[in-house]
Amino acid sequence: MTHFKRSTRRDVLRVGAAAGAGLLVPYRDAFALDTPGKLGAPLGPYGERSPFEKAVRWRRDTKTPETGSSFTPIQDSVGTLTPSSLHYERHHSGIPTIDPAQHRLVIHGLVERPLSLSMEEIRRLPSVTRILVLECGGNSGSEWADKTGVDVQRSYGLVSGSEWTGVPLSLLLAEVGVKPGANWVIAEGADACRMERSIPLSKAMDNSLLAFGQNGEAIRPAQGYPLRLINPGWEGNTNVKWLHSLKLTNQAYMARDETAKYTELMPDGKAWMFVYEMDAKSVITFPSGGQTLPRRGPYELTGLAWSGRGTIERVEVTVDGGRTWVNARLHEPRLPIALTRFRLPWRFEGREAVIASRAIDDTGYVQPTREALIAARGRNSNYHFNGIKFWIVRADGTVTNVDA
Amino acid sequence: MWTRSVIVLWLVAAVPLAAQSPTYSVGRPPTPEEIRALGSAIAPDGEGLPEGSGTVAAGREVFAAQCSRCHGPNGEGNVGPVLVGGQGTLASPRPLKTVGSYWPYATTLWDYINRAMPFDQPGLLKPPDVYAAVAYVLNLNGIIREDQVIDASSLPKIVMPNRNGFIPDPRPKTRSRKPN
Repeated sequence: MTHFKRSTRRDVLRVGAAAGAGLLVPYRDAFALDTPGKLGAPLGPYGERSPFEKAVRWRRDTKTPETGSSFTPIQDSVGTLTPSSLHYERHHSGIPTIDPAQHRLVIHGLVERPLSLSMEEIRRLPSVTRILVLECGGNSGSEWADKTGVDVQRSYGLVSGSEWTGVPLSLLLAEVGVKPGANWVIAEGADACRMERSIPLSKAMDNSLLAFGQNGEAIRPAQGYPLRLINPGWEGNTNVKWLHSLKLTNQAYMARDETAKYTELMPDGKAWMFVYEMDAKSVITFPSGGQTLPRRGPYELTGLAWSGRGTIERVEVTVDGGRTWVNARLHEPRLPIALTRFRLPWRFEGREAVIASRAIDDTGYVQPTREALIAARGRNSNYHFNGIKFWIVRADGTVTNVDA
Repeated sequence: MWTRSVIVLWLVAAVPLAAQSPTYSVGRPPTPEEIRALGSAIAPDGEGLPEGSGTVAAGREVFAAQCSRCHGPNGEGNVGPVLVGGQGTLASPRPLKTVGSYWPYATTLWDYINRAMPFDQPGLLKPPDVYAAVAYVLNLNGIIREDQVIDASSLPKIVMPNRNGFIPDPRPKTRSRKPN
C-alpha cells in the first residue's frame, strides 16, 4: 500500500482514535507513515474514468457486427444520468462517421419554404435543454419469454438517461411554414440504411427536439452525431439518429421499422402499430440478478423508475414476494419523462427474500405484473414490455431471477 | 454618430435574404442534388416511386446476384431474415413474420430494398433492379403471378395478405399535466 498520501498529523490523530476504539487496523501499513509521497498522473485534455471502474455495455451477439444492441450496465449506475459512453445503443447498419461541416438537415415536402440548414445554423438557433429518459421499444423483450433475463443489464438495460440540448422542432416548422393537409413528418437518418420513421405532426409541434448536445458536449457518434431527433417519452427507434431529412407529408409512410418491426403482435393475430409512448416502468438494480450480498446487515436497496407519459409519483417495493409493498424514497428532483432513482433501507438477515419494485406515474398508471401483461397481450408482442421484475435474494446472499 | 450608422448598417445586413427562413434567417432552399441525395421515401399510395419497372424473371437474377447470399436462394433465410412463408401463423404460438405473412404494404418493400439493401452496399440497386427484386419476392410469396410487371402504377395497387392486420395503438392516451 505505497500509493497512499503521506500522512498528516490529523491522520495520525484519527488512527489513534481508531486504535482507541479497538479497531484491528495495522495502521502503520495502512497509512504508510514512513513512506514519502508520490506524484499522481499529469493533467490531461479529455478525461477517462478510474482504471478501477469496470462497468461496460453488454452486447448481444448478432450475425453482423453493424447491427444489434448494447445494453447499459444499470446495475452499476448511480444517480439518474447515464454517461454518454455507457448509453445503450441500437444500430441498424453501423455508426456513420459524419463531418458536421458537411452535414445538412433538409426540411421539405408539404412546406411553404423548403430549407437546407447547416449544423452551424442549427446551433445558432434558440435552444432548450431537457433531461430525459430514452428507452428502446424492445427493452425487456426477453421478459415475454418463458425464461426471463438473468440480470438487470441484459433484461432492462436498453434504457438510459441524458441531458439533451437542441432546437425545438416546432421552431423550425414555423420557419418552413407547414402547408394545410400536412399531418406527418417522415424523419430519415444518414446511416447506411437511411433509417426512417413517420412522426405525427402533433408530436413534432408539441415537444420534439433537434438535439446536437448530450450531457454537456456534442452528441456521441453512436447516439446520432451531429444531429438527432428526440421525441420525449417515445420509443427509442423514433428518435432518429444522424438526422438529415424531415419530409412533411399527408400520410404515414409505413416504413419497415413501423410495420415489419416495432409493431406488437397480439394473440388474435392482429398487431398494434404506431405504439409510441413508453409506459411507466421500474426495476431494482441493487440487489439484482448475478450480484452477491457479501454479509448480513443493512443495505440500501435501489433502482430506477421512469415513465414516457409524465413524472414518477411513487415507487413501491416488496421484499416478501409481493404480499406487502412499501413506498421507496425518491431522489429529487423528479423530472417528467426522466430516470428517477428510488432507494429503500433494508436489512438482509440471511433469509431468502423475493424483491421487486413497481412504479406509479402522475397519470395514475401503475406498472403491471408480467402475468397481467402476458394475459392482455400474449407472448408475441416483442416490444413495450414494462412488467414488474422480481429478484430472489437467496439465503447465502446470491441474487437470481425468479426462474433461475 | 458613427456608432448609430454602424448599427443601422448592421440592421440592414440582418434583413433576411428572401431564400432564408423568415424569423431567424437561416438556411437556403435545398438544391435538387440535396433532395436526390436523401433516400427517396416512398408513400403507401406510391408517391415518390420513380420511373422504371421490373419483372419476376429479372428479379430472379437480381435476387440471385445480390440477395440470396443472405436470404437464401428462395428467400428461406440465412444470415438475413426469412422472406417467404408464414401466412396463417400470426395467431399461433410461433408466428412467422415475413413479407408475405406480415408486411401490410408492398410499397414498404420497395422503400426498404431501395434504402437499405443489400445490407453491406445499400443504394447499390437502380430503380429497375429494385422493382425486379420486389416482383420476385412478391412472387415467391404467391402474391403476384410470374408474368406480372411491377412499376409505379401497379405496386401501390397490390393488396398484401396482412393489409388489414394492424390496428392503431389502443392504449389510453393519458398524459401528465406537467409540461416537458
